[in-house]
Amino acid sequence: MRTGTRAAIAAPHLRTDRWWLAPAATAAGLLAFVVYSTWRALANADYYAAPYVSPFYSPCLAENCEPMKAGPNWELFGSWWGLSPAIIILIFPLGFRLTCYYYRKAYYRGFWASPPACAVAEPHAGYTGETRFPLILQNIHRYFFYAALLVAGILTYDTVLAFRDQDYNWGHMGLGTLVFLVNIALIWAYTISCHSCRHIVGGKLKHFSRHPVRYRMWQWVGRLNARHMQLAWASLLSVALADLYVYLVASGVFDDPRFF
Amino acid sequence: MSVVDRQEWDVVVVGAGGAGLRAAIEARERGARTAVICKSLFGKAHTVMAEGGIAAAMGNVNSGDNWQTHFRDTLRGGKFLNQWRMAELHAREAPQRVWELETWGALFDRTKDGRISQRNFGGHEYPRLAHVGDRTGLELIRTLQQKIVALQQEDFRETGDHESRLKVFQECTVTRVLKEDEKVSGVFGYERESGRFFVLEAPAVVIATGGIGKSFKVTSNSWEYTGDGHALALLAGAPLLNMEFVQFHPTGMVWPPSVKGILVTESVRGDGGVLRNSEGKRFMFDYVPDVFKEKYAESEEEGDRWYEDPDHNRRPPELLPRDEVARAINAEVKAGRGSPHGGVFLDVSTRMPAEVIKRRLPSMYHQFKELADVDITAEAMEVGPTCHYVMGGIAVDSDSAAARGVPGLFAAGEVAGGMHGSNRLGGNSLSDLLVFGRRAGRHAAEYAGRAGTSRPRADDVQVDTAAAEALRPFSAESGEPDEGPPENPYTLHQELQQAMNDLVGIIRRAPEMEQALAKLAELRVRARRAGVEGHRQFNPGWHLALDLRNMLLVSECVARAALERTESRGGHTREDHSGMDRSWRNVNLLCELADHTDGLPVTEAVRGRIALTRETTEPIRTDLLALFEKEELVKYLAEEELYE
Amino acid sequence: MSSYEARFKVWRGDVQGGGLEDFRVEVNDGEVVLDIIHRLQATQTPDLAVRWNCKAGKCGSCSAEINGRPRLLCMTRMSVFEPDETITVTPLRAFPVIRDLVTDVGFNYTKARQVPAFVPPEGVGPGEYRMMQEDVDRSQEFRKCIECFLCQDVCHVVRDHEENKPVFAGPRFLMRIAELDMHPLDAAGESGLDRARTAQDEHGLGYCNITKCCTEVCPEGIKITDNALIPMKERAADRKYDPLVWLGSKIRRRSSDRP
Repeated sequence: MRTGTRAAIAAPHLRTDRWWLAPAATAAGLLAFVVYSTWRALANADYYAAPYVSPFYSPCLAENCEPMKAGPNWELFGSWWGLSPAIIILIFPLGFRLTCYYYRKAYYRGFWASPPACAVAEPHAGYTGETRFPLILQNIHRYFFYAALLVAGILTYDTVLAFRDQDYNWGHMGLGTLVFLVNIALIWAYTISCHSCRHIVGGKLKHFSRHPVRYRMWQWVGRLNARHMQLAWASLLSVALADLYVYLVASGVFDDPRFF
Repeated sequence: MSVVDRQEWDVVVVGAGGAGLRAAIEARERGARTAVICKSLFGKAHTVMAEGGIAAAMGNVNSGDNWQTHFRDTLRGGKFLNQWRMAELHAREAPQRVWELETWGALFDRTKDGRISQRNFGGHEYPRLAHVGDRTGLELIRTLQQKIVALQQEDFRETGDHESRLKVFQECTVTRVLKEDEKVSGVFGYERESGRFFVLEAPAVVIATGGIGKSFKVTSNSWEYTGDGHALALLAGAPLLNMEFVQFHPTGMVWPPSVKGILVTESVRGDGGVLRNSEGKRFMFDYVPDVFKEKYAESEEEGDRWYEDPDHNRRPPELLPRDEVARAINAEVKAGRGSPHGGVFLDVSTRMPAEVIKRRLPSMYHQFKELADVDITAEAMEVGPTCHYVMGGIAVDSDSAAARGVPGLFAAGEVAGGMHGSNRLGGNSLSDLLVFGRRAGRHAAEYAGRAGTSRPRADDVQVDTAAAEALRPFSAESGEPDEGPPENPYTLHQELQQAMNDLVGIIRRAPEMEQALAKLAELRVRARRAGVEGHRQFNPGWHLALDLRNMLLVSECVARAALERTESRGGHTREDHSGMDRSWRNVNLLCELADHTDGLPVTEAVRGRIALTRETTEPIRTDLLALFEKEELVKYLAEEELYE
Repeated sequence: MSSYEARFKVWRGDVQGGGLEDFRVEVNDGEVVLDIIHRLQATQTPDLAVRWNCKAGKCGSCSAEINGRPRLLCMTRMSVFEPDETITVTPLRAFPVIRDLVTDVGFNYTKARQVPAFVPPEGVGPGEYRMMQEDVDRSQEFRKCIECFLCQDVCHVVRDHEENKPVFAGPRFLMRIAELDMHPLDAAGESGLDRARTAQDEHGLGYCNITKCCTEVCPEGIKITDNALIPMKERAADRKYDPLVWLGSKIRRRSSDRP
């Protein structure tokens, strides 16, 4: 918006660098994930290859789930549920990431161009930010954080189950186990590094000196939080790769290489 | 002639640095309607550049500290030329001034038990400087700024107008203090933004404009430091005191050229940084003067131990008062042992881990990285002396900060003289601002209160004269043809800076200073033809042309007083009179306008505009003298002073 | 020492209008953009208006936009540009122009007045303040602010939407609220002022969509978004959008009301 009292400069921006690269790359990356995850979530197939369950389908909460021995099956949704069981559970990690302070920046810039980049004019006539419905709902991020903790717990359980072989004997490990280990480490790191988490463990306090333990935790989370963007992308990639791995094994493209 | 906007206030404060803002707060809290005028935006004053800290004997880190010790250090640093009563008030009141800042929201670095942490600094016997990393000046100015906003919020609640009792006129320059008979009646100035003139009528004016560094080429001072307040006082008939004492800070950046002179804080040395010459030698051990021999380490080992165990070791000579260190660096460079760009090396990289450096000296790390592309955690800095501070200034009454000879005129901060004697200790300037800023504000408010309804009026003739003077640069081009072509104010300024730097700089000689006076006379004549293009709206050429008057006046004071004082003391070093002379100990040099009646510049080159007089200082009160050992006093005081 | 002739475009004009003017000007080793502007003043355009003061990145006066990016003129080294590059210098876009590179930053001073000041704790006299370093660390980071107002200039909430100016304090002053809310001895709460709630209700915290341009341009490297704005959003969420916290405080208040 240019008003009469500002310097008369017509160009929407005067940046000479490739400012569009970052939002374009962000948008492309997010879009790729959305396409991939939509396909996989709706596929309702090839998500279990013993002992591995795709993180998109865990926990599996419908009667139409593939049975997984000692796996994350709870039939909360009866036979009336005909859709992919992934849809039930994906709401939570999706909501967590959708309301995440980093992803908000990423998609406001990448998809909504609000702003596309710093000092580049945004193409909208009006702007109310997060003051109204629906964007005011971003304030419920902390509840998704709690849910994400549960989901991360279950994925941890899945990773433990991955220390079995195809016949459910314990004490084995394959390439998939490694993929799951890396994924769960990144998922936890991303979840714990969340800004809401930083607030809850200590950020809300006025006097750190009176709560030395929470202060230590706050510092620790703070160090992770500084990497929140990198962790967001790394864990997004790793969760897709973990799913892809399960898909490839389940659909028989290759067999899981076993280490022992 | 001109229709000039007039407003009435009780107290007008010229300058919005630490002293000005503190004065304004005090005046407003004592009920005076107060206006503050500053050349920059509110909150940008040069005080933000102060890095090290505020000296105040709170004894938080070493409980042995007290005001008497602070007083002793201050007098030693000033070589006993200080106006002793100011030094006493300063040492006594500084702790309260610092604590008061906390109640306004300042956040100093803390000790382990939650009190204000204090750091070591050159010339201070104990760790004494309250600080915030190396951005203490910023904290000070922001705290005062926010306190002013708080007072304005209070006024808004009561009157519905934020500016009803305290208003900041930002980006305005004062060019004249107006008087009726002998008394101050207000100020004349212009808005830099629009060029519009205005008059603020007030019975009391506090001058707090800072220093004069912009008259020198290599300086740590910002463009605002053109000696405005000094000149305003002179022109109003007040004398300036001991203007020969100009402090050259030992460590300014020397490269790249565009930042030459920018300060490298003394905390670098206070925290363990050492000075080396091109041979890698810590040369400061060779430059400890006799009067300080017992106080400083004789070996590098002892100096290094002092950082950990100050009670059983003596401090390293890098922490000598500034004048000593600056001279030593100057001598090393002259002897051919300087660094590639003409300074010496200041090294912290081999003394502290990178992490510690970044935590304790963040802005220094930042400054060198951004401006010189030097990583101070990995390599040494190149530093050299830079014009930093003027100890001389408006002669004031110690208790009330009232300028001598002009009722209603007050001065505080760097623009006031006397407090620091011949040399200022690091950290004493911020405390000076607070202590005497408050005193000036208080006494100005009381003076204005006494004036009641019989206030002096701003005289129309004076206002018209001031307006004509301010407009002169626009008509200079069409001036008399025999005078020569118009002069570029930027060129004049550069020539002035070069002359002062070369001829009245850190080491002075009589013939050079005479040369400087001749050059100043020439510049003064040419400055009459300083012309500017364009219009009055935010015109930097015009602003500079007006500031030239002040710089020329003040420079003449510095040169004349420096020529007169035939000894070396503190910030005044004469090559032709290299020793400190006890008979000069009790001599003040006062500069006054030679011709009181005139308003406009004098064209006669030889006579100059400044008359110099000597006066004998008041004897130091005996209980204060008793704070020193006899053996020490013998070094400074003349025989007859000792037996009184 | 090497020197070359650089091409500059500098916006000149005032509220009536103006445009970019071309200059060729000498550049020497180690110089910053402000040096070049000063050279223009001294040699070509004595009345070119620019605001500056300390020339060391400490006062925050010389804010402008260089090649479209908000920056301090004194902290932008010429060595970051190619010698054949044309360097464009324009005034801050979000504020009314006065002349050339000087803008009216009064918006910021108005906003500063709207943030209630530090409330000193009752019964704690001067000299009695005890605060631990870890308790003042957070607010100290925010107090590094030099008030250059680059964050206020770059923030799209007001840069692109003039109409938001009355309702939005901007990153600098939302950070000021955070600084006070995290001040260990600020007694605003005791005096009935809930800084987190007012940040949302009166100072427009909700307009911030945390796109981090303020952090990107901050010459002091303050993590404005991560350390001030997001924590304030969380604190506001505690007060306004968290039923559990709301319920908890209701119950506590109810029980403390009883004799």
